[in-house]
Amino acid sequence: MAATEILLAGFGGQGVLFAGKILAYCGLMDSKELTWLPSYGPEMRGGTANCSVCISDEPIGSPLVLAPDILIAMNQPSFDKFVNDVKSGGKVFYDSTLIESECTRTDIEIFPIPSSQLADDNGLKGGSNIILLGKVIKETGIFTLDTMKKGIEKVVPPSKAHLIENNFKAIELGMNN
Amino acid sequence: MERNLMKGNEAIAEAAIRAGCKCFFGYPITPQTELAAYMAKRMHKAGGVFLQAESEIAAINMVLGAASTGVRAMTSSSSPGLSLKSEGISYIAGSDVPAVIINVQRGGPGLGGIQPSQADYWQATKALGHGDFHLLVFAPASVQEMVDMVVKAFDKADEYRMPAMILADGLLGQMMEPVSFPEINPDAHDKNGWAANGHGNKREHHIINSLYLKPDELENSVTERFARYDMIKEKETDAELYLTEDCDILLCAFGATARVVKSAVNEARMQGIKAGMFRPKTLWPFPVKEINKASENARMLLSVEMSMGQMIDDIKLAINCSKPVGFYGRTGGVIPTPAEVLAEIKKAGGAE
Repeated sequence: MAATEILLAGFGGQGVLFAGKILAYCGLMDSKELTWLPSYGPEMRGGTANCSVCISDEPIGSPLVLAPDILIAMNQPSFDKFVNDVKSGGKVFYDSTLIESECTRTDIEIFPIPSSQLADDNGLKGGSNIILLGKVIKETGIFTLDTMKKGIEKVVPPSKAHLIENNFKAIELGMNN
Repeated sequence: MERNLMKGNEAIAEAAIRAGCKCFFGYPITPQTELAAYMAKRMHKAGGVFLQAESEIAAINMVLGAASTGVRAMTSSSSPGLSLKSEGISYIAGSDVPAVIINVQRGGPGLGGIQPSQADYWQATKALGHGDFHLLVFAPASVQEMVDMVVKAFDKADEYRMPAMILADGLLGQMMEPVSFPEINPDAHDKNGWAANGHGNKREHHIINSLYLKPDELENSVTERFARYDMIKEKETDAELYLTEDCDILLCAFGATARVVKSAVNEARMQGIKAGMFRPKTLWPFPVKEINKASENARMLLSVEMSMGQMIDDIKLAINCSKPVGFYGRTGGVIPTPAEVLAEIKKAGGAE
């Protein structure tokens, strides 16, 4: 199997790198080869942040995702910037609370989910990123819910262990919406 | 073996601690900051010293001092910081002291940028400071190799009593990959024969020094060092040869760029073009035997670098200019893409 290349993008602070890390740990849990590469520098501090994740059964070449199989967009500039880079046959997931899609491509599948709104309505402030991941695993099958939960347990630091349940809730919200 | 997920920068730090590094001296700079941060968090628990120096110059001189006592010592920085450390590195080499130096390269010259680069190849392999000297230069291409090479760098630095460098870049430093830590024996080398570790009135002083005012004495010390370098050139080269046996065009790349090139080579092969890759894992000593073997059947070579082409000369010298050597590179923090490299392979007439 060729690598599944995932690009996550949004504002700094929306949890783009964190969500990418969960996907990376899911790959680790499933004994896959994987790479996680963040954008770094000033853009992380309030500007746009993005993060490349590659998951594969074989060693991974370039870790930089230029043409994603899966795009996860959390703000309008990221959506506009990357939607045309998605591989033909690829899948796009975006937060429809914050993003209006004017994409006319017919060779990709687009999955809007009002993840910010869902997060707010369910007392999961800041959980929009994880809700999107729930949608991703439901529509792509790249990881099981079980793997995803293990990934979350790995990434959430022990000092914030009380947030694990909320993350589980967010994943399930994403899967069911 | 247990697989951990770590950033390259953190993996280097963990590997160094496991390799028995007892003293880390550094000064913060992007994109290697996580390395120093990890050291700050972990080193004291491992019974060592982490110290943020007042400058890069102070840090490298602390390494010289600590390493002179026989403990494993390390510093890390990124490109502009290495320029500041260059005087101290020359002193370390001139004093025959083992030490490990990390360069997580960023774009230059000057303050440059903070994105990945390989434009310190010349600095690392030709002239990291004044005087006749070399240091061992290892070029990892994955987080696992960063770990393995740090361990090796400490060992080889001890064995040959000289500085060793890990020449990484911002991409490798920032990316996370699964990594396992090997069993390590940090005490393989007895340093009691030279280290300034306390004589207790039971032996002569050991003097660590790089000053020789008599030219013939200085010449002798340099000549002795170069005899060691000859041995190293013979024994310590290392390279990966990828699909080279039948290759028509041999791509040459190291570090993060080699990952991009490997993707391009795979794509070229899928399109029926006989491309292969030579990846030096040691930049000094340059793997001369290995590149000659890799290029045996190739019509031409193509060096791909994140610089303006600093490895080309070494390639030409290694193959004695017997074949044409082309170049493709991006610099200043721009990372070449597999598609760009593939286009260059085709432009060079890579044959089926």
